[in-house]
This record gives sequence, C-alpha cells and structure tokens, in this order.
Amino acid sequence: MGGAAMKSGEVDYADVQGLVRFGYKRMTKASYALVRVKAAVAARAWLRSAPVTSAVTLDPPPKTALHVAFTAPGLRALGVAESVIADFSHEFRDGMAEESRARQLGDVEGNAPKWWDWGGGAGEPHLAVMFFAEPGCFEAFVQSAKGTAWTEAFEVLRILGTADMDGIEPFGFADGVSQPQLDWEQQRETTHAEFAYTNIVALGEFLLGYPNEYGKLTDRPLLDPDTATAELLPAEDAPGKKDLGRNGTYLVIRQLDQDVRKFWQFVHQQSGGDAAETEKLAAAMVGRTRDGDPLVPVQDTPIPGVEQKPEQIRQNQFTFDQDPAGSRCPFGAHVRRANPRNPDYPGRPTSLLKKLVTMLGFGPRGFRDDLMSSVRFHRILRRGREYGRELKPEDALAPTPPDDPPRGLHFICLNANISRQFEFLQGAWMASTKFSGLTGESDPLLGTRHPIPGCPVTDDFTLPTEGGLRRRITGLPQFVTVRGGAYFFLPSLRALRYIAGRGNA
Amino acid sequence: MTPQSNFMVLATVDPSREAELRELLESMNDAPGRVNPNNALIPFAEFDTLHVARLLILDDLTVADVRVHGLPPASYPLYLTFLGDIDGDVSAFLGKLIKRASKGLSAIFSCCEGFTPDTDLAVWMKEHTAPAIANYVNCRGRTVRQVREEAALREAVENHLATHAVAFQQMPPRELHTKLREFMHGEESAGRLTVSSESPTPLRWQIGNLLHMLGLPLLVLLAAPLLMVLAPFYLIALRRMEKTDLEVCPTVDQKHTEDLSRLEDHDVTNQFSAMGSLKPGVVRLLTTMGVLMTVNWGARHIVRPGRLGRIRTIHFARWVFLDGRKRMVFFSNYDGSVESYMDDFINKTGFGLNASFSNGIGYPRTNWLVLEGCADERKYKEFLRRHTVPTPVWYKAYPGLTAIDLERNTRLRRGLESSYLGEEEAREWVALL
Repeated sequence: MGGAAMKSGEVDYADVQGLVRFGYKRMTKASYALVRVKAAVAARAWLRSAPVTSAVTLDPPPKTALHVAFTAPGLRALGVAESVIADFSHEFRDGMAEESRARQLGDVEGNAPKWWDWGGGAGEPHLAVMFFAEPGCFEAFVQSAKGTAWTEAFEVLRILGTADMDGIEPFGFADGVSQPQLDWEQQRETTHAEFAYTNIVALGEFLLGYPNEYGKLTDRPLLDPDTATAELLPAEDAPGKKDLGRNGTYLVIRQLDQDVRKFWQFVHQQSGGDAAETEKLAAAMVGRTRDGDPLVPVQDTPIPGVEQKPEQIRQNQFTFDQDPAGSRCPFGAHVRRANPRNPDYPGRPTSLLKKLVTMLGFGPRGFRDDLMSSVRFHRILRRGREYGRELKPEDALAPTPPDDPPRGLHFICLNANISRQFEFLQGAWMASTKFSGLTGESDPLLGTRHPIPGCPVTDDFTLPTEGGLRRRITGLPQFVTVRGGAYFFLPSLRALRYIAGRGNA
Repeated sequence: MTPQSNFMVLATVDPSREAELRELLESMNDAPGRVNPNNALIPFAEFDTLHVARLLILDDLTVADVRVHGLPPASYPLYLTFLGDIDGDVSAFLGKLIKRASKGLSAIFSCCEGFTPDTDLAVWMKEHTAPAIANYVNCRGRTVRQVREEAALREAVENHLATHAVAFQQMPPRELHTKLREFMHGEESAGRLTVSSESPTPLRWQIGNLLHMLGLPLLVLLAAPLLMVLAPFYLIALRRMEKTDLEVCPTVDQKHTEDLSRLEDHDVTNQFSAMGSLKPGVVRLLTTMGVLMTVNWGARHIVRPGRLGRIRTIHFARWVFLDGRKRMVFFSNYDGSVESYMDDFINKTGFGLNASFSNGIGYPRTNWLVLEGCADERKYKEFLRRHTVPTPVWYKAYPGLTAIDLERNTRLRRGLESSYLGEEEAREWVALL
C-alpha cells in the first residue's frame, strides 16, 4: 500500500530544538514556566534574544538548555495571522481541554478540564518555556535566560517544578525505559508492510516536514514567500511554499498527580500483606518489574532500533508474541497498552497469497487475533519529568501525614500528529475499557474507573493464567489525577524567529 | 436463525419547516449525542428487534465539488432520513412501529413534502423507501434478544465466579466448564436466566439467499465474454481518469469537525454517516455498482461472521444511492473513536475503501482502483471528515457493548451449551472469562 517514499534532505540539527534529540539526563534540574503574553512587543523581543538550544552535538556537552513552545492562543497573542494558525492541525487549534476532545481522552468526571489547575478555561497558557540545567548552575541560568524583558513580556500562569528521582517515577518503577528510535538518517523504507515489530520510527512521526510512517508529510502551515518568511525552509511537497512546520513538532504536556500511597496500599491489601506478592501484582499492573525488566522473556533475534547493549537487550528486546495468552504480562498491563509491540499483520503472512488471505479476513480466527492496530503509527517520544517529594514504596504503606505534598509526573511527549499518536494512545489504548478484547477495565495506573453507559464496572484488572481461570482484581481506585494539560507547537529555530518577528519593524 | 433486515425512509424536507424539524430531532435526545431511548416521538427501546436506528438531515456540504469536473453544481433537495437495522421481516417491524409511534412519526414526517394530516403513514413510508445497494451485518442471525440474553448470561457467570472465587481458582478448565454448565442449567430452571434456542430460518429467506448466492456469479459468468472484450477499454478509461481526476481534500472547517465530534464518543460505539457525489460518467458509475454489488455479495456469503476483511469493529453498515445514482450515502456503526476507525480502515482494508469510495468526487488519487488513495492519510482523513454528516439522533439497543463483546458473549454461550469440550477447547473457552 502507499506510494513511493520520498527521501528528504539531511536534517539541519542547528534548526531543530534539542529536546527532540536529547532527554538531557545529566541536566537533572528542570522547570517549565507556563506563561501568558502580557505585552506582545516585549514577548517577541524576548523570544528574539532567548538562547534556545539546538540539536547540534557539542563537545563538551552544554550544561544548560532552553526550549520554547506555543499553544494556538499563544501564537495568536503574538500576532501570528489567523490564516497561518488555521493551517495547524485540528487538535492543536482546539486544545486538549475542548469538551469533545476531553471526553475522547477519558478526561471526564474528576479528571475533567474544569477541575484542572491549569490548561482549562482562563488558565490556558500561551507558552511553555522549559529550563534545563546541571545542578549548581540552574538558578543562574534561569535568571540569565529570562533577562530583563521577561517580566514585562509575560504573566506567569504556573511554574511546573520537577524533582530528580534518579530515573524512577513516583510509583517506584524505572521510567522512560522504552523509547522509539528516530530514523534521523532517513534510511527506513516506510511504505512496505512490516511483518515484524521494529523500534525504528520514521522521522516524520516526530518532526514536521519529513515523510512519516505512511511515507507522507503531516499537515502544517505552508506560507507564501515574502520578506517575513524569507528565512524559512522551502516545503518539500509544495514548490514555491515556505514550510513553517519543518524541523518543528507538537509537544503535549499533562500534569499527572500520582497517589503513591493509595497505589501501594491497594496492591498490598490485595496481596494479603505478602511482600513478594505485592511486588508481583504491582509489576503485573505496570508490565515491568521495578527495575524495568519485562515480564516476558527476551528474544534471541535483535529488534531493529533496540541497541545491542546488555541493558537494552534485557529491557527491550521482546515482543508479546511469546505471551499470546497474557499469562506472563496481562493484556491490560500499562506497558502492554502503551505499546503492544505488534507489526502490521498478525501471524507474519510473508507470502503474497497468505497476505491476501489475511487481508480478506481469513487469517487467524482466535478471539484475540488481529485486534490491535499496527503500533508504528502510534508511537510517542517521551520527555516527562517527575515532581514532588520522593516516597519509597516501603514508606507508602504508612498512613498519610496531614502535610503530604503532591507528587507525580509532568508527562511530556513529542509527536508530529497529535490525534494519531498521543490522542490515539491515550483514548484507544489507555482510557478504553475495551482494549485488546478486555471489558470492564481501563489502564491500571491511569484509568478513571468512571462508569460508562451500559458498562457500570470499569475498575477491574485481569491477570490471565496459563490454562486456568484468570485472576480478577476488582475495585481498583483511581491512582492518577490529571491536574492540567495543553498542546503546544515546538517550532524550529527558523520558525521561532518568524514568530518572534511578527508585526515588528 | 432469524436473519437481519433493514429499512430506510428518505423524504424531502419542506424548506419552510427545516428549523422546526431540527428542533424535533433534538428533542429526542437527553443531551447532544445521547438519545433518550424512551423519547416521546419514537420510543426506540420499546422495539425489541431493533438493533440500531438513526435520524438525520442529509445536508451535503460538498455539492459544489462537481465543478472540478467542469460541471455546474446541481440543486439537490434536502432530505430527512430515518433508518434502522432489525431482526426479521421489515414490514412486520414497520407495522409495530407505526402502531406504537404513529403520532411521533407523523410529527416528524409532517415537516417533509407530501405529508398531510390524512396521509396513510404505512403507505407513505413504503413509498419513501430507499433501498441499499450494499449492506453489511456483523453477525447474521444474532438477534437483539440473543445479544441481551448472552450479556445477562455472561454477567451471571462472572458474578457466580466472583462469589466462589476460591473454589474456582485452581480448577482445571474442563471441570470448570462442567461446573458452569451446571450453574447455567440451574439458573435456567429457576427462571433467573433465559437462553433461547435459535428460531428456525424462514424458508422464503433460505430460498432467496440461495438465489442471491448463485445470482451474482451466474451473472458474471454469463457476461464474461462481453466483460473480457470490454476489459481493456475499461482499464484504459479508468487509468486515464485516475491520472487526471482532481482531488478535493482541503482542511475541514473547524466548526464542522466540532459539530461532528460533539455527537461522538458518548458510547463505546459511534455512528458514521457520510455522503458525496459520484464522479460523472458511466465508467465510474459501473465501477461503483460493480464494487458495491461485490461487497454486498461477499459480505453476505463469504466473509466470516464478525469480520469485514480484517475489521472486527463494525456492527452494521450500508451504502445507498441518491438522486438517480448521482450521489451516494454511507452509514455505519463502529466501535472506538473516529480516528481509530479511519486508521483501521487505512491500515487493514485500504484496498476495499479505495475501491468503494474512490469513485466519489475529490477522493485522494488511487492507482489501479485499490492502491494508494487512502494511504495518503492526511488527505483521506480530511476528505472523510468533510463528507461526514452530523447524525443528531442515533440509537443502539445495547450501549456499552462492542462487536468484540458480542462475539465473546456468543462464544461463551456456545461453549456453555456444548456438553463436551476437549482439553484445548476448554482452555480457549476459559480464557474468554
């Protein structure tokens, strides 16, 4: 299916914001300022002088990084023309808090945008300004990056602080274990059916202006050439047009409060107080051990895009083919929902005849066969960071003290197509009570447990067993609460200069 | 087996009463996208053979697209349509419908041309019937009653398992099957559960079905010599048009997408209604008819129950010609969000999608009718959203249940009805719980 893949030119790393390429592990200090534009002229002036970090590798590596991203109202406030904004994707223009969108994402009841601390209604940010630094130079960096124009330019809506939990998310599990590998060199032939799971994903899934997994370019504003757009790169698919999206992408932020005590207390109680059983059940809900090891055996054959390093092999050289019954890793486990690791066809029909038979619906006929979509169209690049005070699982069983501070994750992901990537993942895989032939349960960590018409029970968690009756946990409480969220455009540095140059002489 | 059938009433809206009609339709809902199943106009829930039904105004925003073929836009009337999928015979159902809801139906239809206070509803509805050219039923023979009985059976079994969890936990699959079978029989004799056996298949339907099965291949066989002679000319003409037909896939107006999404994702299943004009010329018309007749025939006689190609999320779907085959409208009932529905179609059955929709004006360019087309994801999604018509009133008899749920419940019931399951069969069966 699909036309010939279009190969694009080499990536100009100096034009890409570094966040797309790097997670800045060494810069353990970070905070995200969510701001509204107070004075457009001052804001544009600040943007012109802001030391935004590119994706170029430096030696020695930089100790600090700065990134800026804009919501649709933010672009508007900075004077970007409506006709330009209209060419951004529907979901970016609507925003995460729009009612129908929120319903589709499962942001209802206690998670509904009307309760959010930011992102809903009047609390909609215009910009996310993200500061990263190695310890010791953070404060000074933030001060110098803000400079003098900051206070005049912006009204601070919220500062999202982060905490360094040493690669462990608040529930106590290793975080960010699996990430897609971006095809920076654009070597992958995307238009052919994938018969085996690959972790290499087309650059166009994460960077606008490059071919995506369909071998096509994702929609983004293409402008007429004039003096304002002189610096922008030409659009590959539209001769004579300037590409405002190229080397930029969309950034999703969601603030997720995690009730660590409730999680461990519930799991502990379900396990009859047995420490080993508690650990096992928690791992089943997550789909990995706390160290990050998968619950299914790793395979001998390498997976494209999984590095041949011992830790990567141990943690990521696996698919769920080894576990068709879900008896090792439950179907509903968090990581199995987030990435079911399946290719385009079930059962590897490599011959044309077998492919045709499968395509016409005469392939495997088991109840759970071919329920899942191809995952390569639904990957995200995660850049989230934890916040709040760390609470060890051992300590989480103690009763809640009166001054227990909130803790959780500033979930951040990058994707070129919010509706096909983040929203699909969140709606069809995380929030859905019907994922993979299940019924009556949503994601064991993220789910709201909110009853839906005809489905009063959504708070189960099912652990299939080998050849016997499944174990079913009932009455899962809600462990994660959405506190805020928004969709941003993370522009290229050229596009940033275009935005910052609007309406100025 | 009780076969499913369908009805569709199509009538021209009296332009002076359009606003009133829209309000009437709105009054059938509790909230936008949430029908009141017991609403005063058509209390859907009272008809126990009705699977899905919808009412909408076929307001085609794409009529002017015909300009890309150098033709002036036609002025089509604005239609109201009321359609549904049911168990058993259509006229029996419509008889019951009219008996119970004549007042509501008259109120709605009186906003259409040619309906007066003394119009005979039954005659009028019959005169305003629009037949489908192709039709898909997820699982022929599965009645609303069966769906409900099987859902109740599953619930009873699951509750029983929950109350006796310890006893069942370590039980071997075959023993578990025997115990649950005993439980089901016990509940049945106590009158707490009903598991009806299948009704006999009407003889008339069987004969009709057999003729239908033989009809299309016979027709193709008879026409084969002629088709072979025409094939090269047809292919040359088709290829030429494929290379030159213009695409109309602009970014959809934000208000239109919001109007659509407001009505979506209120249940695990969604409605989908889309319409557009066919490309001009006899080649495109014959292609459409050939493809849809094949789809209709294949869906009825070839595909496995519960599947349409690789897709397992569609309950009912239908293609209908309008205005002397100048326009087409497509209706479906699918599980999940519209984004996953479109992705599923692109990735799993793009060829079928291209074949059936690429004869519509503005469709993304295809190659040999089945290739490319919807693989241009962005264009395809904008095209589809632009052609989608809001469906203000949509009813489904079993909210909360997906087609996969229905399949699981049927498999569970069948297993419970078997007096013997082999070791492997029992294992697979227990995995459904």
